[in-house]
Amino acid sequence: MIALVDCNNFYVSCERVFQPRLEGQPVGVLSNNDGCVVARSQEIKDLGVAMGMPAHKIEPHVRKQCTLLSSNYALYGDMSRRVTDVLGQHTPHVEVYSIDESFLSFEGFAPESLIGRCQAMRTQVRRDTGIPVSVGLSTSKTLAKLANHRAKKEPHFGGVAIMDPGSDDTRAYLEQLPVSEVWGVAHRSAVRLHTLGIETAWQLREASPKHLRKHFSVVMERIVYELRGVNCIELDDMTEPKKQIMVSRSFGRLTQNKTDLQEAVRVHAARAGEKLRKQSGLAQAIMVFVRTNRFRSDLPSYSKSVVVPLPGATCDSRALIRAAGAGLEQIFKQGIWYQKCGIMLMDLCNHENEQLGLLGEAENDETRQRNERLMATLDQLNREHGKGTVRLGMHRKVNAWELRCEHRTPRYTTRWDELKEVSL
Amino acid sequence: MSMHLTNLGRVDQFAPALSIPLVAGFVRTGFPSPADDYLEGELDLVDHLIQHPSATYFLRAKGTSMEGVGIYDGDLLIVDRSVEPRPGHIVIMSVDGELTCKKLSTIGNRPYLVAANPEFRPIPLFGRECQVWGVVTHNIHSLAPGFSV
Repeated sequence: MIALVDCNNFYVSCERVFQPRLEGQPVGVLSNNDGCVVARSQEIKDLGVAMGMPAHKIEPHVRKQCTLLSSNYALYGDMSRRVTDVLGQHTPHVEVYSIDESFLSFEGFAPESLIGRCQAMRTQVRRDTGIPVSVGLSTSKTLAKLANHRAKKEPHFGGVAIMDPGSDDTRAYLEQLPVSEVWGVAHRSAVRLHTLGIETAWQLREASPKHLRKHFSVVMERIVYELRGVNCIELDDMTEPKKQIMVSRSFGRLTQNKTDLQEAVRVHAARAGEKLRKQSGLAQAIMVFVRTNRFRSDLPSYSKSVVVPLPGATCDSRALIRAAGAGLEQIFKQGIWYQKCGIMLMDLCNHENEQLGLLGEAENDETRQRNERLMATLDQLNREHGKGTVRLGMHRKVNAWELRCEHRTPRYTTRWDELKEVSL
Repeated sequence: MSMHLTNLGRVDQFAPALSIPLVAGFVRTGFPSPADDYLEGELDLVDHLIQHPSATYFLRAKGTSMEGVGIYDGDLLIVDRSVEPRPGHIVIMSVDGELTCKKLSTIGNRPYLVAANPEFRPIPLFGRECQVWGVVTHNIHSLAPGFSV
């Protein structure tokens, strides 16, 4: 069985751990430079504040009721690590999918014991970290993802929902679910599926995998099998383009060599930058992760990630590479045989939204246009003359990024001089 | 007088410190050190004090109400959220949305937060929005000027 563990309103939940008075209040977290809303509490959602909305577009009477905070990536990264640590105490197979989501494999555990186990795990995460999580269980990642959604939305599950791929209940759920709600089905694919008469998740499940492979891609074929309960999707195939971009790869053979990792992280960051610019997006932060081969129990295991905020929302490969390099520097440990490393661009927003928000942006229009031209030229050369024709080298390390973050809470868990004060 | 200078490159001030493992007694020149047999790992205070790393947080004490148990203004509290709170524990409690540090206690079967300073009255917990945030397992207090905690 596979579980998807998802932290509820993660950034807001992190803030609430150290400021309990925010419990039950409408709270939003803003992107770098306080541009647009990237995370929302349930209460602020209920007030109609949309994801990605520029802060200045929130109606004054709504804004007055809300607490809007600058993003505190040091805190979110540390709390995410703590949550992952607790999950790792319940199964050795934890695959981090994003800062607030992990897939867990419960191979070899008795299926009937899993709901109880996951309840205990959920209680422990809440106790040890203060973060509320929801758990979805099924036999494939796609169904686990749907189960997780139900665990969140349907209170009778008590935070842990299981979906048996063969049950009537699962069928009823899939029959009413629009195909666009299925993990990995992009908006454009959904429109094309409609023309083939496939409108619900159940119809997709019943479609011919071979046929869909011809019309779409191998990923769509796998989604069909996943909906039937067969686990066959790799996480790298499945990042949601509007939310995050992940580029990672396993090394051909295990390596201890730091230069190998630096090179890989640089290539991944550059590739992610291309993808980002292709969708006219901007990223706010970058996560770097490394890990060992979890099936080599004879070697020390190590898995670590870090979130590095970017100097303002950007799609500039140079900034991405610089941040990724700095992140790797923090998590690299000598003497470890690494199997995989990767990077993830986080909290993507689109160009128009962010630029409206950037009133006090240090980078002037001229510089920005010049940088955009440089990146466009770079992409064009790589497109026309083959991947990697023009590559960016390693850049001078920059040790301080001054972001505009007027409402950032202290970095409670990563700075000695910013610890939470408790009154005696 | 002239002197020839060669530029070997710039010093990278931001490069991380290079740590070189000391391997005692590896090269056999002369007699082996009799101490070799007694070499052990370094003592790691964090490892020694903290039982549940992912559930442990450091908080900064502010105020005077807990001086009776040796917690002073500015001290560093080690707080474990995974410990089951019991009467007698020094706890971090969220009361009406604010975090406070007191001793968890009962007076006539009712829960109270009690200060360790006679100038502060016990805080009744019944009928209040409150929740234990964590149990204080250690307090670190600096005794020498110039040594911060």
